[in-house]
Amino acid sequence: MTETPAPPRTSPLHDRHEALGASFTDFGGWNMPVRYTSDLAEHHAVRQAAGLFDISHMAEFRIDGETAAAFLDYALAGRLSTMKIGKAKYSLVLAESGGIVDDVIVYRTGQQRFLVISNAGNRDAVAAAFEIAQATWRPASDASSGSATDAPAATEVPEPVGGTGPRSFAFVAGSTGFRVEDVTDHYALIALQGPEAHGILSSTPGVEITGTALDELGYYAWTEGTFDEAPLFVARTGYTGEDGYELMIPTAQAAALWDAALAAGADRGLVPCGLAARDTLRLEAGMPLYGHELSRDIVPAQAGLGRVVAVDKEAFVGKDGLSSGPADAPVLVGLVSEGRRAGRAGYSVLHGEDTVGEITSGALSPTLGHPVAMAFVAPAASAIGTELSIDVRGTRIPATVTALPFYRRNA
Amino acid sequence: MTDLTALSYTSEHEWIALEGDIATVGITDFAADKLGDVVFVELPGADSAVSAGDVCGEIESTKSVGELYAPITGTVVEVNDAVVDDPSLVNAEPFAGGWLIKIRVEGELPADLLDRAAYEDLTA
Repeated sequence: MTETPAPPRTSPLHDRHEALGASFTDFGGWNMPVRYTSDLAEHHAVRQAAGLFDISHMAEFRIDGETAAAFLDYALAGRLSTMKIGKAKYSLVLAESGGIVDDVIVYRTGQQRFLVISNAGNRDAVAAAFEIAQATWRPASDASSGSATDAPAATEVPEPVGGTGPRSFAFVAGSTGFRVEDVTDHYALIALQGPEAHGILSSTPGVEITGTALDELGYYAWTEGTFDEAPLFVARTGYTGEDGYELMIPTAQAAALWDAALAAGADRGLVPCGLAARDTLRLEAGMPLYGHELSRDIVPAQAGLGRVVAVDKEAFVGKDGLSSGPADAPVLVGLVSEGRRAGRAGYSVLHGEDTVGEITSGALSPTLGHPVAMAFVAPAASAIGTELSIDVRGTRIPATVTALPFYRRNA
Repeated sequence: MTDLTALSYTSEHEWIALEGDIATVGITDFAADKLGDVVFVELPGADSAVSAGDVCGEIESTKSVGELYAPITGTVVEVNDAVVDDPSLVNAEPFAGGWLIKIRVEGELPADLLDRAAYEDLTA
């Protein structure tokens, strides 16, 4: 008997991408646009005007119930219970070892409701982590001493429409007082990013904001509204280093919203953008990508994410592992070089003749015009200003350790 | 407009235009498209000897690195400095302004060069 791997899934917007002439790539088990015309042009459009990305491959989990906040404090690295409704927070899913299972954004959507968005390729890993956390969670006595309540009823979700490929079972975990559901299949996620994003979203026909007005919406916050009577979730978050929004919409209305936004942005320089531009944009912004800068073999402090972990929490998954990590583990740095030859993931980083680390992401920065890279290097070689070199297929390219991010937008 | 049926091709996605004993070499639109936006080109120096099937240069896009294989054996007689200065020519005009090197052919041409129809079958 032979097992064939599942074919990659397609987004509810797949036919739109085909009509736009996109080239596709497999990413995290999904067949997604890598570029529509030119990845450089798409990159520059986001820095100078705006870009529209289909990020429906990302996974969404809903956590509901009276103990949802306390459970997330245990299941994730950060302290989510003190979040205000309407806010978003970057967080991490950790393994017991303290290694990183995924990075996520948590949105508090109610006193007892949260939305967690994770990477496509880690959907099953995050679901499994929630299951493990549920099994090992020992709620504080004051949280469990109340009247015993069953897990809350399943939240209503719209029927999935469009796209192809296997779908996942919705229920992930739940016990007394909370329930975790994977709602990925029911929603499309569209990112509108760039300095023109606000103007474009404000003028997209059919978009009605019923929550906090867009003008009042802070960074890392969300609001809600409708698009053609469908519920629309609008988060001022992103993965490009630019201002902008991430829009969650039931799959049935996804194509209409995509079309409406593209039309509204046509005279403001909006273009559809693929994963190639998304990758160079996030690299310039110094944002980690799972599988490159983040993995189960990396603890948060190594990746410069120590601030994300609320170490003073009484108990959380990974706490014991974090306290026993090695002191001389390699740390994430930024590297800049001159010329046009970029170090790439996997290339060695040297200090003199000694190999001191390895690049995890690298490219010729389209915005800056010189090569940039992120690398894990020995702590002794990690100080800003340290002169290192990169082995670019046998040629030594000088590189200087620099502070991240490489690019920061004007606030 | 280049007559694509007049060119020879390799399975490594190079094209060859032969005039007398001088072969002009570039990469195909298919290869350029797969690479994405080309941002760096490294070519062999003029007068250097190249052997069919050996790596003789590099073509980097924002996303990846492609190796340039010498499609034929000979001596490099000219390098396209314009494409070194502006690598985007590889994407914009792969069969014209984006040519890479000219080689003076020595000996027989490799037997496994493809005609247009065979190359189209390869990339279909």
